[in-house]
Amino acid sequence: MTANARANILSRLRATTTQGSFAVPDAPVIAGLALSLEERIDRLRRMLETMHAEVQVVSSSAWLGALKARLRARGLNGLLYGAETPLGAALEAAWEDDLPPLVPYSESVEQCREQLFHIDAGITTTRGAIAENGALILWPSAAEPRLMSLTPGLHIAVLEAGMIFNTFAEAIDQQAWLQEGMPTNALLISGPSKTADIELTLTFGVHGPKELVVFILT
Amino acid sequence: MTKTADVLAFERNVTKALDDGQLRRNLRSAMTTLSQRRRALFADVEAFEKLRTQGQSIRRRALSRLPELLEQLEARCTANGIQVHWAETTAEANAICLDIIRRHGAQRVIKGKSMVSEEMHLNHFLEEQGIEALETDLGEYIIQLDGETPSHIIVPAIHKNKDQIAHLFHDRIPDAPYTEVVEELNAIARQELREKFRAGEVGVSGVNFAVAETGTLCLVENEGNGRMCTTAPPVHIALMGLEKVVEKLQDVPPLLRLLTGSATGQPITTYFNMITAPRRPGELDGPREVHLVILDNGRSSIYGDPERRATLQCIRCGACLNHCPIYTRLGGHAYGHVYPGPIGSILTPQLEGLDEAGVMASASTFCGACEEVCPVKIPFTEILRMLRNEAYARGESEHDVKGHGYRYTTVEALSWKSWALYNTSPGLARIGSQILGKLGQHLPMIGPLKEWTRTRIPPPFAPKSLHQLAQERGLDDDR
Amino acid sequence: MNDPFPAPIPRPGKVYYFGTCVIDACFPQAGLAGVELLQREGVQVIFPQAQSCCGQPAHNSGFPDEARRVARHQLKAFARDYPIVVPSGSCAGMLKHQYPHLFAHEPDIEEVQRFSSRIYELSEFMVKVLQVRLEDRGEPIKVTWHSSCHALREMAIIPYAKTLLGQLKQVELVELQNERECCGFGGTFSVKQPAISAAMADDKVNDIVQTGAARVLSTDCGCLLNISGTLGYRQLSIPTQHLAEFILERTQ
Repeated sequence: MTANARANILSRLRATTTQGSFAVPDAPVIAGLALSLEERIDRLRRMLETMHAEVQVVSSSAWLGALKARLRARGLNGLLYGAETPLGAALEAAWEDDLPPLVPYSESVEQCREQLFHIDAGITTTRGAIAENGALILWPSAAEPRLMSLTPGLHIAVLEAGMIFNTFAEAIDQQAWLQEGMPTNALLISGPSKTADIELTLTFGVHGPKELVVFILT
Repeated sequence: MTKTADVLAFERNVTKALDDGQLRRNLRSAMTTLSQRRRALFADVEAFEKLRTQGQSIRRRALSRLPELLEQLEARCTANGIQVHWAETTAEANAICLDIIRRHGAQRVIKGKSMVSEEMHLNHFLEEQGIEALETDLGEYIIQLDGETPSHIIVPAIHKNKDQIAHLFHDRIPDAPYTEVVEELNAIARQELREKFRAGEVGVSGVNFAVAETGTLCLVENEGNGRMCTTAPPVHIALMGLEKVVEKLQDVPPLLRLLTGSATGQPITTYFNMITAPRRPGELDGPREVHLVILDNGRSSIYGDPERRATLQCIRCGACLNHCPIYTRLGGHAYGHVYPGPIGSILTPQLEGLDEAGVMASASTFCGACEEVCPVKIPFTEILRMLRNEAYARGESEHDVKGHGYRYTTVEALSWKSWALYNTSPGLARIGSQILGKLGQHLPMIGPLKEWTRTRIPPPFAPKSLHQLAQERGLDDDR
Repeated sequence: MNDPFPAPIPRPGKVYYFGTCVIDACFPQAGLAGVELLQREGVQVIFPQAQSCCGQPAHNSGFPDEARRVARHQLKAFARDYPIVVPSGSCAGMLKHQYPHLFAHEPDIEEVQRFSSRIYELSEFMVKVLQVRLEDRGEPIKVTWHSSCHALREMAIIPYAKTLLGQLKQVELVELQNERECCGFGGTFSVKQPAISAAMADDKVNDIVQTGAARVLSTDCGCLLNISGTLGYRQLSIPTQHLAEFILERTQ
């Protein structure tokens, strides 16, 4: 069935009538944003905040302290993290007993599905961000699997300020997505999950995280 | 004049929709909000015009090479480990899904929003096979609870207000308290669906763009349910209409902006989910199998005619619905088919045949609002006119749309022939206008005049026509 | 002074006038007003008696052959090389933009294109080509404005109409909340989909009422037929008027 379907569909598409033409207009050249680093940080921050993400711009040396201050006394049942990343190593080195326990994502989802759906928070790195539309770029990996930024109610994302691009197109180009080869899953994330399906009333926290906290490291 | 079945059905739906004051208020307020948000995002008219020319160019470039790009997409996906299936009909597409689901012994399917799955009536089909197919997008979840279909391609439950949803949740969800607070309704749905995400055996999604260059499936969403459906279960089935392919990765950013901006005025959705492969060795989550079902269902016949092909440029943003004065008053259900509004009115008669859905093409004043906002510049009015022509074209028709000529009646054809004769015979017209001038106020209220005067006073036919007045003033000839 | 609307052609001595069938039968005074506005600017107006309808009703209803027959008749009636002025955005749109579509695969397409290139909507012609300056002699009045869809989108002449209106110093324009929304006329649509058409006309009338305007103006008598018909049916006494008639009335 499938083999025939394929051949039939393609042959119908190729049997186009010759009369009449299907013109392709030239695409105009559109100059993208060209912001300074400061402006990119500022725009990203504003756009993320508009979408109810919390953003903290902080120096690389001070960010762990800021993270701990945020997590302390929140009564979270755990922080999901990737143990095999430099971020994971830094967390382990800095962690303290009065913080939610660090929980590594180290087994396949089949082994830890229950836990993934019940843990309160997850922390991931990011591959960059986009100033124009206020989105973080995540390429989940074996070390930082896909559900880390999805199942916990609180997603904490760590971003190097230098990795904020002007536009999505610029990020694809400068990070050489094509040359590097696309990952299993690439994501743009611009806030905590939301919906406006009831009377267009915007509410945050649906099936994905209810909170998104972004640390922009300068 | 005898009315065809599609016309009669539509008239019944229209009456019902127009009589529903609640529906009209719900729609009016929602469509106004969506239009305002869109306008705010694309406030720079010149920049937007450039962007949509770019969007049009990308979509037309992709369509102009569609067979090659589909083959390239298939090759890339296959190389990435995604299994590609082709379906000529919705029945074939359903069978492909069922086969995959059965092979995994699955009983529970969780679904992200997909208009192609609506086109397939997949939920209904799976239920008949004893498989639960659960909609997880909040809007889709709401209408599934109420046994309805989407009334809008982007905001499927937009015809309901929160009171109606409050009653629905309270009545249909065990232990759900009665609340009209949107946040609380949202929390009820979240609670209900969380367990379903955890336990889902197969996830089904649509596809917004499929990138031929890399074999990447792109999905746009806000709630996280789409990511859940494509990440948590061991199997993911993605459904796409064959027109959804784009050539290059760099084609995606402008289309993404056009799509989210046109749909809801957002610079981007919360999530843009790009899937290129099933779980790779060493990875800890994600489906072990990803299937892509490429559906034709009449699209290739649209493609065959260069003038009709522009229909396939659509990126399903719904802006044409939001700005359509007809959709705004009727909502989606009145159209009686899966795709409502202007896009539905040009697509459905071509997919299902004019005899099934030709009336949709008459649901337009040619006001052009759809064309004005379309992010990829689909020539709606041209296609609508072509469909109206086809509806009356007997024998061999220029565009050979399925069901052409279905609306032809000798009476209507004769009345247009008489109209043409009248308007090409100055002598006849002179006599006619004199009669109209004398008797215009005493015409019998039959035919068009009967329809006109249901809600209007009769036209004020003047005693002397402009022709007469112009002649009296000596304006007649070029001397 | 910078002219925002540079003239596309030199000021002609003669123009053709295409009266439109709705004006012909129902609003001849509006048609004459347009003629007088042109004559007042020193332009000779020629009204070919052979003219009839632009063909739009058939063109929009699935009868292209009949539309072409009627269109070819207009081509003959307006044979000389004068600009053709049309006191309607919708009919002008048909003549200017739809004819080339309608004849795309016909042997006389080039003749049609030449014809279409000569089409001007009245207010467009007055502003762009004649560059008229109006002096308001009327009493203060509050009016509202209805943009016909084809005037607004296909012809894009609303800026010209509003330029003229803006020159009338005693006229206060109160815009509709949904000015860009169709009134539901749509030619044959109004009788083929009467219920939807009526719902749209009703909303338009409600919008008009809330402005508190004493008059509704437009460039298009088709829309005005629909709007005044609905106003009358609802026994609301807000007069509707073609822009040309309104201008003439206030500047004599």
